[in-house]
Amino acid sequence: METADPGGRSRRTMTLEAFADTIVPGEKRFPGDRTVAGAAPGPGAVEAGALELLETPATGVTDGLDGYCEALDEHATAYAEQHGLKPDDSVPPFVALDFEDRTAIVRWLTSPGHPEKDLWVLLALFCNMAFDTGAHLHTTEAIAAGHPGLATMGFSSPDDDGLWRFPDFSYRRELAPRHPNTTSTGSPA
Amino acid sequence: MTNHPNNASEGRTAERTDVLVIGSGFGGAIAAYHLAAGGADVTVLERGPWVASDEFEHDFLLGSSYTRIFDFVVGEGMSVLGGNCVGGGSVVYFAAMPRAPRFVFERRGNIGRRMWPSSIDRDRLDPWYDRVAEALPIIKQDWNDVTYSGGVFAAACAHAGLTANPAPAAIDRALCTNCNWMMSGCRFDAKRSLLLNYLPAAVAHGATIRPLHEVQHLSRNADGGYRVHYNVIDEEDYRVTVGSGAIDAKLVVVAAGAGATPVILRRSEPALGPMPYAVGRYFSGNGERLNTAVFDEEKVRTVLGLDRGEAAYAASQIGKGPCVASWDRLDPALPEYSRFTLEQLYFPPGFGTILAQVPGADGRTTWFGPEKKELLRHWQSWLTIFTMSEDDNEGVFGAPPPTGNATRISQQMLGRGTLRYEPSINTMRGWAESDAAVKDIMERDGLARVLPWTNDLVGAYTVHPLASCRIGDDPSTSALDDRHELRGHPGIFVTDGSAVPGALTVNPAFTLAALAERAMPGIVAAARERGVEVTYGAPSPEGETSARRAALPLVRDLVRD
Repeated sequence: METADPGGRSRRTMTLEAFADTIVPGEKRFPGDRTVAGAAPGPGAVEAGALELLETPATGVTDGLDGYCEALDEHATAYAEQHGLKPDDSVPPFVALDFEDRTAIVRWLTSPGHPEKDLWVLLALFCNMAFDTGAHLHTTEAIAAGHPGLATMGFSSPDDDGLWRFPDFSYRRELAPRHPNTTSTGSPA
Repeated sequence: MTNHPNNASEGRTAERTDVLVIGSGFGGAIAAYHLAAGGADVTVLERGPWVASDEFEHDFLLGSSYTRIFDFVVGEGMSVLGGNCVGGGSVVYFAAMPRAPRFVFERRGNIGRRMWPSSIDRDRLDPWYDRVAEALPIIKQDWNDVTYSGGVFAAACAHAGLTANPAPAAIDRALCTNCNWMMSGCRFDAKRSLLLNYLPAAVAHGATIRPLHEVQHLSRNADGGYRVHYNVIDEEDYRVTVGSGAIDAKLVVVAAGAGATPVILRRSEPALGPMPYAVGRYFSGNGERLNTAVFDEEKVRTVLGLDRGEAAYAASQIGKGPCVASWDRLDPALPEYSRFTLEQLYFPPGFGTILAQVPGADGRTTWFGPEKKELLRHWQSWLTIFTMSEDDNEGVFGAPPPTGNATRISQQMLGRGTLRYEPSINTMRGWAESDAAVKDIMERDGLARVLPWTNDLVGAYTVHPLASCRIGDDPSTSALDDRHELRGHPGIFVTDGSAVPGALTVNPAFTLAALAERAMPGIVAAARERGVEVTYGAPSPEGETSARRAALPLVRDLVRD
């Protein structure tokens, strides 16, 4: 099952990383990184912890990850054949594709009408959440550790007690005329 | 007195109560309070956990409070976000509390005639709105309460020649820290959820609330009462059932939410007999639609003249839910389906980022990939704009799942339901008109770039499910009479969002709560007829009486002849 991945990753990990990297792409982590395509600057979903989140049983997808990888292998193999792409047996079929081809497959799998759409949307949602929220970590710890997704979004740090408060929150001035048909209690008439 | 064993029916041991309330959101909490205060034995079964204020966490970790108290049920063409805890939607809501505009009560929708009962219009609902306003309470916000995001929205509306109002809200401004974690439950007790008024008052009057009790179905007892069958849900993994039981009641109030009430009733058909046609039909998503605007900070400064020191705006994370609404399109002269509220809104990352779109490398819009990631770099300059329009009550529920209202996927929060929703041409026209209005306002003079959220992934989406078991005068298109009693099943009342006839063009919590208050005199009278010693007339949960006095003249007409 193991391949010649310089990172020593299993086929399952490589395939899921390539999928997560298609959702929120990142820069390559090391020379010869095959799973992360390097399609965007900065860390992406993989470095944000997509695999850790997918491997968290609370998601409900963990038991199905082998099935996801097999299906992705099949879709990628069929896609490569249809498009006359040269096989590369050194890595799993989805990993062998370049970023544009991975994107085309994900777009197809998550399009309305695709019979497997719900499954792939679910997987994509968790890859997104790994980057946008770091849902496998306490948010305070994620921020302290420089979680790449929260950092990319500029998510601010909490107070010392781990709670957020924004005493400065308002322009504090009237910025639009009130609707003429407003009742005395502030509702539409 | 309460909940003693009874072996009278079906050969199983059941407990007994006077009134069984299913769900503890607005519909359930208001019923539980009035009935308990009036002297009835009341038991509330709530499928979600009972979470205290100091357990509400500022945390995106799976298993923290936001996944414990929220439900996200994906249907076919429509996904529903709702509360899943003691206090229901009030614990996760943004507490925006406008009254529904007058024209809403005259809507005809897809049935070609007035869909509200003839006994209800805005004037006749106002005294019941007043009762809720006193109980929560609701405040009129001013510009000092308006967050940066509300302010930039208001300024953009004004720049486009429109009006914008600070929205009324059930928020204690002295306690609010503008942390923007409202959807995880309010840590600071600033959000006036039901955990702070109706529910503690109900408990003080002897009501029992049982969390993690998910009602599955009802059956009828020989004495004309009902047996309510429930499962007990594991406190961490909601996919796991750890027990089951039944409670007998003389009267049942179903308030499980518009995504669950019709499911429970339909699952009860083998025991109770056929349900009215409208149970599980006419579901409305309140015509909801979301757009994301990404502001050009320099334009915010130069065109709108806004500045907060370190930035012109860049304050997406700061604040609370919707503070400002634009009601220019709530014009009764406009045709039905062309009327909508635009409201500034905040969704936290995850909920608020995944469905946002961006032009992809090939020019097609996309919700993933490098361009989307680039958009996230500007997240603090995002503004979510929320449309509440008039849909066509298109939603229909399929056969009930084995338990609950959805097949749960994750331990918490995420499930797959049976709701089907195919938006009509009318609904889509309203969405298109609101998208165009948002684009016109926000892109004027290069202020922002705007794209609607995609409906391709999880269908349309609503945080305000309505109308799946609605009141009305016409038995063929309404499941409940105008006193909220289920047609053909005396002694079963429905008081949650499912009873609201259709989309309201505003946030609906206040209206469904007012309807629940209005239903109480009739429900109390029905309970008395069924042998429950109970009276109507409780003051506000905190003891105020002015709204009660004002509503008193209406009570007689709400009691069955």
